[in-house]
Formats: sequence, C-alpha cells, structure tokens
Amino acid sequence: MTILNLIFYVSAAVVLCATALAITRQNVVHAVCYLVISFMGTAVIFYILGAPLLAALEVIIYAGGIMVLFLFVIMMIKDQQSPMDDFSSIRIKKWLPAVILAGVSAIMAGVLVFADPGNRLRPPAVMGTPQEFGRMLFQDYWFPVEIASLLLLAALIGALYLGHRKDIS
Amino acid sequence: MLTQWIMGFILLIVKLGVCLLALLLGAAYLVLAERKLLARMQIRIGPNRAGPFGLLQPIADLIKMMTKEDLIPREADRVIFRYAPAVAAATAMLIFAVVPFGDHLVLWGNRIPLVITDLNVGLLAVLGLSSLGVYGVALGGWASHSKYSLLGAIRSVAQMISYELSLGLSLVPIVMMAGSFSLVDIVAAQTKYPFIFVQPISFIIFFISAMAEIKRIPFDMPEAENELIAGYHTEYSGLRFGLFFLGEYVTLVTLGALTAVFFLGGWHGPFLPGVIWLIIKIAAIAFCMIWVRGTLPRFRSDQLMDLGWKFLTPLALINIVITGAVLLILTVT
Repeated sequence: MTILNLIFYVSAAVVLCATALAITRQNVVHAVCYLVISFMGTAVIFYILGAPLLAALEVIIYAGGIMVLFLFVIMMIKDQQSPMDDFSSIRIKKWLPAVILAGVSAIMAGVLVFADPGNRLRPPAVMGTPQEFGRMLFQDYWFPVEIASLLLLAALIGALYLGHRKDIS
Repeated sequence: MLTQWIMGFILLIVKLGVCLLALLLGAAYLVLAERKLLARMQIRIGPNRAGPFGLLQPIADLIKMMTKEDLIPREADRVIFRYAPAVAAATAMLIFAVVPFGDHLVLWGNRIPLVITDLNVGLLAVLGLSSLGVYGVALGGWASHSKYSLLGAIRSVAQMISYELSLGLSLVPIVMMAGSFSLVDIVAAQTKYPFIFVQPISFIIFFISAMAEIKRIPFDMPEAENELIAGYHTEYSGLRFGLFFLGEYVTLVTLGALTAVFFLGGWHGPFLPGVIWLIIKIAAIAFCMIWVRGTLPRFRSDQLMDLGWKFLTPLALINIVITGAVLLILTVT
C-alpha cells in the first residue's frame, strides 16, 4: 500500500462521513459546514488522481462559491432555531467531530512530511496538467461545453427576469 | 538516502518556520506602521510610549490580548464560534505557501528553491484559499447570535463574493501572458519587464478588488462602526478577536506579496537580493493601502455593489478579450 493509496482511503472516509453528517444535521449551518468538508475531501481525491485543476476548481466553485451562497441565503431568510438545542447533550459529542477531523488531517500531514520532506514525490504518472486539460476540454469536447454554458445562460436570464423589480407606476 | 531525507526534513521545517515568523512579525509591525502613518496623516503622533518610537507596541498589544477574558455569548453556537477565527487566520497564512520569495539557493551542492511549494495550479490555490476565508467571517458572525454580527457577516459575504469575481478575472490576462498557473513561472515570465507595464488595467482592478476582499476603508461596510459596532467580530474578545485581526493583516501582507508576484516582477530587481526586493514591494503596496485608508470615506452599500458588478467585472472581461486578441495577433505574425 503506497502513501497515495492511504491518502485516498482516508479522504474517501472523510468524504463519506462528512456527507452522512451533512444530511442528518438538524441545524442547516452545521450541514453546510460538513458539506464543505466533504468537498475538500473530494478535492484531495481529485488531486491524487492526477487532476490538480479539477481539485482547485472544486474548492473555488463548490466550497468557496456555491456553499457560501447557500450560507448567505440561510443567514438571510432563516429564523434561527436556538443553536443550544444541538449541544445540550454530553460533552464528548461536541468535540468528537472536530477532534476526529483534526486528527485525520494531522496524521495525513505527518505521513506526507515524514515520507517526503523534500517534496520530491510526484502524484501518479497520469498527471493532467492545466494546459492539457483545457486543450482537451475546448478542442475535443467543445460541443458539450457550449451546450452546458447555454443552459447556464438560460438559468441566468431566468433569474434576472424573476429578480427584476417591476416599476410601481 | 537517509541523509537526503534528513536534509529535506530539516530544510522543510526551517523554511516553514522562517516564513511563518516573517509573516507574523510582518503583520504585527504592519499594524504599528499603519497606526503611525495614519496618525501622521491626521497630524497626530501615534503610539510612542512602548519602547523607542513605540517599537514594542505590537508586543504590548499581544500581551494585552492574551490576558483578556475570552467571552462566549450565552446564545452562541459554541463550536463554530470557537473555530471561526482560526479559519480566518489559517486561510490567510496558507496562501503564502505558494508565493516564491527568491531564486533558488545552492547549499552543499543541493538546489533549494525559495518557495514552500510550487503547485502547477498555484494561482487557483490562492483564489480557492481566499474564497474559503469567507467562512471564517460568515460563520463567526452567524455563530455570535447577535444582530450586529449577523448583519456584518451578511454584508461581508455579499461583498467578498462580488469582488472575488473581479479579482479572479483580473488575473486571467496574467495567466494568458505567462502561460501557467504556477507563481514561480509567472515570476519567471517577468524577467524582462513587470506585467504592470502591459496590464495596467488588470493591476487597477486587482488592487481595488484586493482592498474590497480585506474589507478595508473605503470598503469597510461589514465593520461600519457607526451602525454595526464592529460587524462580524462584535462579540469576540481576547485572543479570538486577535486571530481575526491577525488574519486581516496577514492577508494584507500576502496580498502585497501577490501583487508583487503578479504585476511587479516578484523578487526580480537590480543590485539587491530577491528577498529584499520582495519586502520593498510588499511595503510599497501596503503603504498605498494605508494611504487610501487615510484619504477616502466609506462607500455606500449600493455604490459598492455597482462598482463591483457594473464596472470592474465588465472591464475585466473586456480586458481579457483584448489581451487574447493581441496575443493571438502576436503569435500569428
């Protein structure tokens, strides 16, 4: 079992646990936090599978963009339930998620630092550089890309129409 | 094999330690520099009691923050309230990991690159980390369970999301000209001339968006003290407030470093060693931001959104198209 395998299984476990926690939380903001952790785990998996560009985009678009908008909407519209309800239970339950996640990240960082301090280890042979990835996307798959962007444009125009304030005259 | 391992391990720890220390000291003394400069601009003297010229003021502030009581509001979401400042500070510090601060050193026949890690998606990592920094502010404000904090958090989320877009788009022409996302390659592409001469519009958009990202005056709606007390960190005290504060100033240092890397040629410069040049450039950018703070009043909320969405973002898009066209013409002819 190589280090990369180990990292894969650990991040996969983090993704599964975080997603499971995200869909079972009562408190919506906590659910958003767990979902963000799950996206970070997915980004790590993308990275070790040799797709650094996808990993970066996963963090920027999903974790940093879409989930922030979720949070924004939740903060704007939701009449908050008392957050104390979630945490009236035993003390260990409060700390367990944080401790487990911190421990897992510490172990992963430790393994990486000890196995490869000089940063000489390169992720697997099939490494999609950003240039190759972009070329493939916009030369071989330009048609699906265009269709997807047209779909997004339609949604954008729809949102603009719905949000347009009608003049009160 | 083993000696190489030990060498690499020691080097990594030394590099990390030196960078972290420089970043924290830089942030601490930037606070002092800002207070001194602002005072001068307002015809005051500024802090001058702790040590000669007030040079020990950052240490006095640190001791004050460490000894203050760490309050948590009764209604607060305790776990999120505790960790939000750490998110804000950690994302700010992590960005510096991809910033190159010099050419490689040669030590006992080994080539040591002067950057902590040279990712081939370095620029995207910077954008990703800065977009994750929003969570520190948003969750901190939400978890405080106070209306001032919540309003501050909502304002800062709206502002940071809007200006992230123009921040990212203003960097696309740089990537097009350097042909790489790696910050080391971007600096290497500027050996002949810094990109500010060919991309002045990108530079201006980046500078304004960066100021909005760190929520400094003219863009400090999230902390507008005459309506929101202190915005998202109203309920914080002691070291947790200190972490938010530290995160803000570390971001100021990293944004100065990033501006230097993207537009001012990074560590390149005549006569002096690379690290000194980078520090000079960071200080110059920081001085400009302090100067702006001493000069301009705060924007209104609608002006802020208009500037981001109706002016900077379209301008950045047009700039990308023009850059692309010029690059295409240059490669064809």
